Amino acid sequence: MSVTTAKSANLSAIARRRRPDRRGAGQKWGNPFTYFVALVLIGVCIAPVLFIVLGGFRTNSQFTTDPSGLPSPWSFSNYTDVLATQTFWGQFANSIVVGLASTVGIVVLGLMVSFVIARYDFRFKGAMYSLFAAGLMFPLVIAITPLYIMIKNLGLIDNLLGIIIPQIAFGLPTTVIILVPFLKAIPKELEEAASIDGTSRLGFFFRMVIPLSTPGVVTVSILGFLGSWNNYLLPLYVLNSQANYTLPLGVQALSASQYSQDTARILAFTSLAMLPALIFFSIFEKKIVGGLTGAVKG
Amino acid sequence: MSDTLGTDTAPGRQSQGTPGAGDAGRSASPAPPRAAGRRRSGRARMRLEIAILSGPAILVFLAFVIFPVVLAAYYGFYRWKGYGDPTDWVGLDNYKLILTDPAFHEVLTHNLLIVVLSLVVQGPLAVGLALLLNQKIRGRSVIRILIFVPYVISEIIVGTGWGLLLQSNGAVNDLLGKLGLESWQHDWLSDPDLALWTLMAIITWKYIGFAVILMLAGLQSIPDELFEAAEIDGASYWQIQRRITLPLLGPTIRIWGFLSIIGSLQLFDLVFIIWGPYIAGTAGTSTMAIYMVAEGRNAANFGYGSAIAVVMFVISMFVALLYQRFVLRRDLQGAVTDGGSR
Repeated sequence: MSVTTAKSANLSAIARRRRPDRRGAGQKWGNPFTYFVALVLIGVCIAPVLFIVLGGFRTNSQFTTDPSGLPSPWSFSNYTDVLATQTFWGQFANSIVVGLASTVGIVVLGLMVSFVIARYDFRFKGAMYSLFAAGLMFPLVIAITPLYIMIKNLGLIDNLLGIIIPQIAFGLPTTVIILVPFLKAIPKELEEAASIDGTSRLGFFFRMVIPLSTPGVVTVSILGFLGSWNNYLLPLYVLNSQANYTLPLGVQALSASQYSQDTARILAFTSLAMLPALIFFSIFEKKIVGGLTGAVKG
Repeated sequence: MSDTLGTDTAPGRQSQGTPGAGDAGRSASPAPPRAAGRRRSGRARMRLEIAILSGPAILVFLAFVIFPVVLAAYYGFYRWKGYGDPTDWVGLDNYKLILTDPAFHEVLTHNLLIVVLSLVVQGPLAVGLALLLNQKIRGRSVIRILIFVPYVISEIIVGTGWGLLLQSNGAVNDLLGKLGLESWQHDWLSDPDLALWTLMAIITWKYIGFAVILMLAGLQSIPDELFEAAEIDGASYWQIQRRITLPLLGPTIRIWGFLSIIGSLQLFDLVFIIWGPYIAGTAGTSTMAIYMVAEGRNAANFGYGSAIAVVMFVISMFVALLYQRFVLRRDLQGAVTDGGSR
């Protein structure tokens, strides 16, 4: 057992080297020009988002008289109105359900198949990897027409499962590409040590691989969840009834409904729809960069 | 194809990344007769494990990703409204129609323009920003989160927001008026001379964050020791970037280029949301995918729509293969024969 501990200490040293923590060294102020460019960049990136968020605090008459002004006075009724509707919470719940189910599916199936590709030795494993890698060339847009017909034949139209299952399938290529290098990087000695200790390869998978591949798993989970949360095309084809809409469809439905002239309400709804994804991403941003490092460089 | 993404070219990893070498060693050792039976059952067990672990993923993937594309190829030979089984075989008529339709030529041109402009504008911009954000500056993590915001929010939100900002009496024109720049006011979305550029600006705004993430990840995997050594040798900042960073970032840049090209060829959401299929046609921002949805599903011509999907797929594949042949070649060395087998 002590061998294993030593090895895992060694492995975490590798992990540390891969994503060096530079915070300690970077405590001096750099070039002012850098800050200037960074500020401009942030302004460009954030201004339209602020427009949406602040727009939700305005009234429609403010939009007519002064399209680019700030809220004056601030009106909170748009947000409170949206939050008081059944529609918003229903669509919010649908988005959460679809997002979580898709993410779990992507991670579970992706981790299993990546483990096989990365650590088993058999004839078709190169082909298996290429199959999933080729999936990057089959984006949803191309497959959507026949996929819609398939989903219809399966009786999954207007059913959340009709979104979840295809999303899992289309999430697999990225997942495999990110996870395989992670699983390959786990030292062989670790597996041998586990085997000497009497652990089968499956036991190794559950006890060692899953914990050690956490950074990669976190990355693919975030990408999977965000992809699902933001997916528009598939729900557009599959979901018909307002009760089953996910938030992106809700935003669109609102723009096309009796509220189409109610700019402030649309913006409030839109802000609330993007908030969860933003919070989620801010928490895990560091991990994404760390996780992609493995995939980009191998 | 994009085996590159996962293919490990770092020599350091090669040595440790030989899974299964353990088995090979074990089974190659002279086995006493008694162990032979156990080995065979070990093999069977391994096959079973492989089947159980990879089966579900492969099944779902084949059924919902590969099979629809095959179906599209089949439907593409029929005139079909989507009810019952397709019976009205029209051979290559759908394809002839697509390839001779001036509207398709137009959308194809738009797609190709978007491909080229995305590469030329976003590539250098992303590398520059990544270099900038990889420096030791204060608030770096906050800056990173903020520039990724456009990438994280969905196309529908981007579309709604920019649509309102850019309409003729929207906030952008109003702001320009307040700044005394009335001559800069335009019909950003509906002017056919301008709309495609507006689209490009929105695309750049939306997807630059992703490019920067990739580049940052690539930069982080360059060992610090290289920079330190170059600094000791007296190299200037720009020399270091040109001679060390850019070449080592090469694989990342090329992979990003690949993803960007595929994404540009498939562009749908933003155009559909901001312009809608019909206005996109008059504003000159329509893409192949928009054409597909408008002529296929919205017109209930599922055979024709499927044929368009096949054409898009062939174009994407063709471009991807060319790109691989000529750009990714260096990254691919050994990947075709060796893909995933290390």
